[in-house]
Amino acid sequence: MAVCVAVIAKENYPLYIRSVPTENELKFHYMVHTSLDVVDEKISAMGKTLVDQRELYLGLLYGYVTNSKVKFVMVVDSSNTALRDNEIRSMFRKLHNSYTDVMCNPFYNPGDHIQSRAFDNMVTSMMMQVC
Amino acid sequence: MEAAGAGAGAGAGAGCGSGPPLLLSEGEQQCYSELFARCAGAAGGGPAAGPPEAARAAPGAATAAAGPVADLFRASQLPAETLHQITELCGAKRVGYFGLTQFYVALKLIAAAQSGLPVRTESIKCELPLPRFMLSKTDGETRFGNSAELHGTKVQIPYLISEKNTFKRMENEDKQETQSPTMSPLASPPSSPPHYQRVPLSHGYSKLQSSTEQMHAAPYEARQPLVQPEGPSPGNQGAKPLWHQASLTRSFSVERELQDSSSNYPDEPWRITEEQREYYVNQFRSLQPDPSSFISGSVAKNFFTKSKLSIPELSYIWELSDADCDGALTLSEFCAAFHLIVARKNGYPLPEGLPPTLQPEYLQAAFPKPKWDCALFDSYSESMPANQQPHDLNRMEMLSIKDVADFAVPTQDMTGDDKQALRSTTDEVLPNDMSEDSATKSGLLPPPPALPPRPCASQSEQASEAEPHPQLNRAPSQAAESSPTKKDVPYSQPPSKPIRRKLRPENQATENQEPSSTIGGPASAAAVKPHPAVQKQSSKQKKAIQTAIRKNKEANAVLARLNSELQQQLKEVHQERIALENQLEQLRPVTVL
Repeated sequence: MAVCVAVIAKENYPLYIRSVPTENELKFHYMVHTSLDVVDEKISAMGKTLVDQRELYLGLLYGYVTNSKVKFVMVVDSSNTALRDNEIRSMFRKLHNSYTDVMCNPFYNPGDHIQSRAFDNMVTSMMMQVC
Repeated sequence: MEAAGAGAGAGAGAGCGSGPPLLLSEGEQQCYSELFARCAGAAGGGPAAGPPEAARAAPGAATAAAGPVADLFRASQLPAETLHQITELCGAKRVGYFGLTQFYVALKLIAAAQSGLPVRTESIKCELPLPRFMLSKTDGETRFGNSAELHGTKVQIPYLISEKNTFKRMENEDKQETQSPTMSPLASPPSSPPHYQRVPLSHGYSKLQSSTEQMHAAPYEARQPLVQPEGPSPGNQGAKPLWHQASLTRSFSVERELQDSSSNYPDEPWRITEEQREYYVNQFRSLQPDPSSFISGSVAKNFFTKSKLSIPELSYIWELSDADCDGALTLSEFCAAFHLIVARKNGYPLPEGLPPTLQPEYLQAAFPKPKWDCALFDSYSESMPANQQPHDLNRMEMLSIKDVADFAVPTQDMTGDDKQALRSTTDEVLPNDMSEDSATKSGLLPPPPALPPRPCASQSEQASEAEPHPQLNRAPSQAAESSPTKKDVPYSQPPSKPIRRKLRPENQATENQEPSSTIGGPASAAAVKPHPAVQKQSSKQKKAIQTAIRKNKEANAVLARLNSELQQQLKEVHQERIALENQLEQLRPVTVL
């Protein structure tokens, strides 16, 4: 039920962005950037956190931070039935697992754009549940 | 056919309105009419069930049902918007159905789109190859389609006419087309993507192995009588193993036992043959001596980067082959990755998912024995000074009697090398180790840092008896021994390996000269070459032998020198020990009192 998924690297540049309706991208990028500030605040507030959730006005924006400060941000469509917390967490967990699989690839340099087909497929599967 | 074609041409001209008259070549007419009949005949059901009836029925139906047509178009693997464009252009939307003319125009546009031309009515003016429809998930078909478009029309026309039979059969049995082209490339993949054509491929393939020479005729002629009796099968799955097993009896004799055990895997280009497997295992050894442990990611990365594939492709291959995503490759994973690389270098597109024949479980089940044979061979060509002790124990278990005989000869070298390796450990340990090693010397092969040429040579002799291809023998041993120094040697092998198999006599000659000229430095590396060569033929190899003998002598000299140095050190250490013991004895009466 995700509408947009983004993986943001430690230095706050995007490693991967995918959205279902393509016209939302600009709006989403803007939302992501604004959300990153809040995410960073929350990180510095708490000691060690893996999950960081917030809601924004239009649509729902959820964030997730890993140990290496890589952030996963996901925009979900609020017009559907409200997603439960568990589902969001499970989606982030799947994202995280796929991300670690990508990392395991020795040909992948951290900081590159993520070009893994498996990762793409996984994200698409998460997003295609809506359409 | 001509009348139908002309009628279609005129009809297409009229149907498309402003479009040019549609000129179809004979091959195209035949294929299009079959496709049309197929879609028309399958008005009620899907294309899979349709073809048998459609093939027998005359293409008299005026319209093709939208369902099977849509399936067919989707099978052409064009993006959805292109298909929409095509549908609009051909006029089906306008008239509301797929008449003969609309269908033909659509097929022509599909062919144009697959060739990379823009979807416009002008595109169909020129002669185009047949549109390719992927009706199954195997990649041979995709590759088949892609290659058809890559080479332009002129080249393809004679090929297409010869391929018409197979194309026709594709209509009848959905996955047959994929089997025939994909079976041949496995054994003799073309040397480079631009040369990927079916005609030279079958030639190369026929030269490949004596056991598979009949494949040249088999795919095209033999399959026809084979296919007809099968008739309409309930599903593709049922047809596949039936055809598969029958064709296997005429072809890959090497893989026959494998095929029988796993008859539902039609992915021919992704099946690893015995020799390929041995080659991969040898390469694995060169990177990691222990067959049951992993190759780390960085090591594998360096190794695979030498294949000169692009990084994204290598990344993708890694993703496919590292099934457990642990950042390391087991033997099976490594073989799968290597196989994918070889296939890619020979022009195959990478599959979407790991083919079943490349799955680690399958590979492990299919090839347990060669792994151990290669273990015996390569255990002697590895050098691990730091880990000598545990490896000694391992290898003791793996040794067979014949190896003991080999090592009776170079025991002296072994001692020298052992000492050199052990020198890295503490001096106190040295006497103990030596006594231990000398006790186990007869049955032991510790991997010396500098490889004694003779055991490798004799071992490779024996190993090459087991292996049909001396080149493979030379290549991996060469790679193994030169790995400490030159890692680019292994990668001269994968691209040339298929060529080697295709043109064996020529390449044996070139291989002989090439390795003897390139390997100058590591004395041990060159040593292995002449001995397997002896077994085969010709004076060119004698020359190689002579150069190798020279290098052997050099290596021997080096090792003898090493030996003497170590002996010297040993004496000194002995003397120290004696001195210390004397001191101890002198002190002892004092302490006792």
